[in-house]
Amino acid sequence: MQAEQTSRTDWLAVGRLDDIPRLGARVVETAHGPVAVFRNGADEVFALLDRCPHQGGPLSEGMVHGRLVTCPLHQWNIHLDRGEARAPDHGCVPRFQVKQADGELFLNPEPVG
Amino acid sequence: MKEKLVLVGNGMAGMKVIEELQTIAPDKYDITVFGAEPYGNYNRIMLSPLLAGEKTLDDIMLNGEDWYAERGITFHKGREIIEVDRMGKRVFADDGTVEDYDRLLLGTGSHPVVIPVPGHDLPGVLSYRDVKDVDAMFEASRRHRKAVVIGGGLLGLEAAYGLMQQGMEVTVVHLMPWLMERQLDETAGNYLKESLEARGMRFRMQAETSEIVGDDNGIESVRFKDGSEEAADLVVMAVGIRPNKELAKRAGLHCERGVVVSDTMQTFDPSIYAVGECVQHRGTCYGLVAPLFEQARVCANHLAGYGFRLYEGSVTSTKLKVTGVDLFSAGAFQDAEGVENIVYQDPHAGVYKKVCVKDDRIVGTVLYGDTGDGTWYFQLLRDGTSIADFRDSLLFGQAHLGDSGHGGVSQVANLPDDAQICDCNGVCKGDIVQAITREGLFTLDDVKVHTKASASCGSCTGLVEQILAATMGGDYEAAQVKPMCGCTDMSHDQVREAIREGRLTSLRQVFDNLGWKTDDGCEKCRPALNYYLIATWPDEAEDDAQARFVNERMHANIQKDGTFSVVPRIWGGVTTPSQLRSIAEVAEKYEVPTVKITGGQRIDLLGVKKEQLPGVWGDLSDAGFVSGHAYGKALRTVKTCVGSEWCRFGVQDSTTCGIELEKMTWGTWTPHKVKMAASGCPRNCAEASIKDFGVVAIESGWELHVGGNGGVKVRATDVLCRVETIDEVKEYCAAFLQLYREEARYLERTAPWIERVGLSYVRDRVVEDPEDRRALAGRFHASQKQAQEDPWQFYSKNHQDKFEPLKRAG
Repeated sequence: MQAEQTSRTDWLAVGRLDDIPRLGARVVETAHGPVAVFRNGADEVFALLDRCPHQGGPLSEGMVHGRLVTCPLHQWNIHLDRGEARAPDHGCVPRFQVKQADGELFLNPEPVG
Repeated sequence: MKEKLVLVGNGMAGMKVIEELQTIAPDKYDITVFGAEPYGNYNRIMLSPLLAGEKTLDDIMLNGEDWYAERGITFHKGREIIEVDRMGKRVFADDGTVEDYDRLLLGTGSHPVVIPVPGHDLPGVLSYRDVKDVDAMFEASRRHRKAVVIGGGLLGLEAAYGLMQQGMEVTVVHLMPWLMERQLDETAGNYLKESLEARGMRFRMQAETSEIVGDDNGIESVRFKDGSEEAADLVVMAVGIRPNKELAKRAGLHCERGVVVSDTMQTFDPSIYAVGECVQHRGTCYGLVAPLFEQARVCANHLAGYGFRLYEGSVTSTKLKVTGVDLFSAGAFQDAEGVENIVYQDPHAGVYKKVCVKDDRIVGTVLYGDTGDGTWYFQLLRDGTSIADFRDSLLFGQAHLGDSGHGGVSQVANLPDDAQICDCNGVCKGDIVQAITREGLFTLDDVKVHTKASASCGSCTGLVEQILAATMGGDYEAAQVKPMCGCTDMSHDQVREAIREGRLTSLRQVFDNLGWKTDDGCEKCRPALNYYLIATWPDEAEDDAQARFVNERMHANIQKDGTFSVVPRIWGGVTTPSQLRSIAEVAEKYEVPTVKITGGQRIDLLGVKKEQLPGVWGDLSDAGFVSGHAYGKALRTVKTCVGSEWCRFGVQDSTTCGIELEKMTWGTWTPHKVKMAASGCPRNCAEASIKDFGVVAIESGWELHVGGNGGVKVRATDVLCRVETIDEVKEYCAAFLQLYREEARYLERTAPWIERVGLSYVRDRVVEDPEDRRALAGRFHASQKQAQEDPWQFYSKNHQDKFEPLKRAG
């Protein structure tokens, strides 16, 4: 957590929570490539690079359940909060910080770590 | 303050309960486990490979000691519980350890039966039950040459085989006229005996042991009732097991042959549960792993406080774990009133198959030499499927139902380890066997997750099940009532029934009313539930986009690079120059990288970017096209030939018939994709005999075909009936599709569905009963009112912004 706080960049206003369907995602184009911003059933938001660690599938098109997203290409499940593939699959996708304030969403366009 | 759960017996059944609890209620209990053996939990069914030297103890360990530690479970190994104080709710171990409990679980297993003949307690007389016995046999095999195994049942033969592998001369002594008399009939028993004799095993049949002769320095021989003797240095008694109920009995719990339990696996003291080989349930004691696991799931469910599962007994199957011997048996195969035996026998090839049938249903089977269809027969037995429609080809196996199988391979037993089983993910037989033994896998789903075998197209599922069955022997647990997914314990059929009965019309209602374990389901259940909801309540249920797989949500097929493909509907595959021109213009305007003619007589625009979709759809829509649903579990195409309008052989206007069928059925959502075809004469150029619904023109009208498949598993259609007019074709088609929509499970194509319910059933509903047919067709047409709104036209004019990125930056 400490490292995350210190990598300071300007937060990017990307839209409102309501722009993302519950249990769905929308994409933000960044200098690092497309970033998928997810909204789960509890209205938590997460952001991952929109590329599955398996074969690069667009995670933003996957199904969101709990704190997981299922890649649409080969059904790998990725932990939204960690960016890691669910065992026994192995792999990790870059994670981004995203926060909500008064229904507005802000993305840190630099990946965590 | 957590409740305390104590498990007595660190075996497979008890530990399965603990594992289940870790998944469904990980925080409910403080758990303590007592095990008399000085190891973690090992895979007891792998004792035979251990003895045969094919595995090591490490290979067969399921939960090592660190497993307990990582989960905060207290594990007392090598300590036996000797007393239960039910009033004080405490247990006492042999080393003085005392532990309180709120709930107690007994998994004390079984004892080997020892025949009380003189000499049964001499050193050198062993049983075959645990790792200690196997170690003793190893030790004996190093010093001695001659072994006698008393008992020609499953356990005895596996012990005998293992000792032979260790270089001993082995004689098996059996009381009955043939081997494994509880699992085999006489013919199969004799085949088995011949085959084992050919490997050097010797037998004394119908021999009753009267004495084991020897002294404290060792054994000399085994003497029989008829006065004859068999020289021996080592005697293994493997005549059976009896439930270990002593502790329960001392505690005052009601016991008969085993510890008597209810359907919730509770003993007569409701705070004490029992599972596994120590229990007696509805009069039956089990000695195989599959029933124990079912018991464990029920028990864990009750311990977790859910209490909605019941154990109602198990039908078991048997396989012998002797390399190169292929036998399988299940159910009741003794001659009985009203039971007919269908038998195939080829002595030269050493193949024997017997399927016992009562009232057109399989009640038992014995297979020797060719057991490839064992799991299939067992499934038919457990499902109670009527075999009336394929009785004449039953013994030739599932392959003869029209399923051409998987590269022609249907027998895995003799394949080498490097034979590729899963051709999608490149998984070999050896990988699967290793995963099963090393990871301790027990189910098809486990194998899918760990190896990816059969996780893609699924065509090798049967092979993987055979490998499971062959590796685990009788302990393989074929799917019983399979839960939809990990979010529920209910099966597809049960959920569907609840949606209908409870008038549930939204996912939220399903999750809340049916006790879903997750907040919002998962990728497996959500699409299925969404389908069941809209198929059951087309007017009330709202289609939930987030419960749709990407293709159906985006109304286009996702490709490997994240772009989409767009296939406009071309009715019956008949088009015009102006339509072709419009497609060409769209392809050029949006710089579509690839234009391809599909197998279903249409044109595919590949490589369309997500944000281009509304524009592409709008232009196609303006030119008169609607969505082709090439992306959906829906009606795909109706393939046609040119029929009597052009063809010199054509006998009916099949092109018009095909177009009318497509206009009637397009847009419908179905359990899986549906393909149709209409051919103009029996030459069948539209290949109607491999479609879900096929029409073949005949001189006097139309022949209707159902349940064909040309993809993963080739299956030729069954003929449903013949009709005279196109209107009749349409009515039968609508009724057939509606029956499929209402009763097939999600992701079940018409071919396996018809094999499951039987063609006779489909005929009864669609052909024999005109009222039922019209009612089914009526419900189909009613649901089409919702379904035939073109999604492409809608999204080209509404919500186009959803196809754009939320924001572009950098």
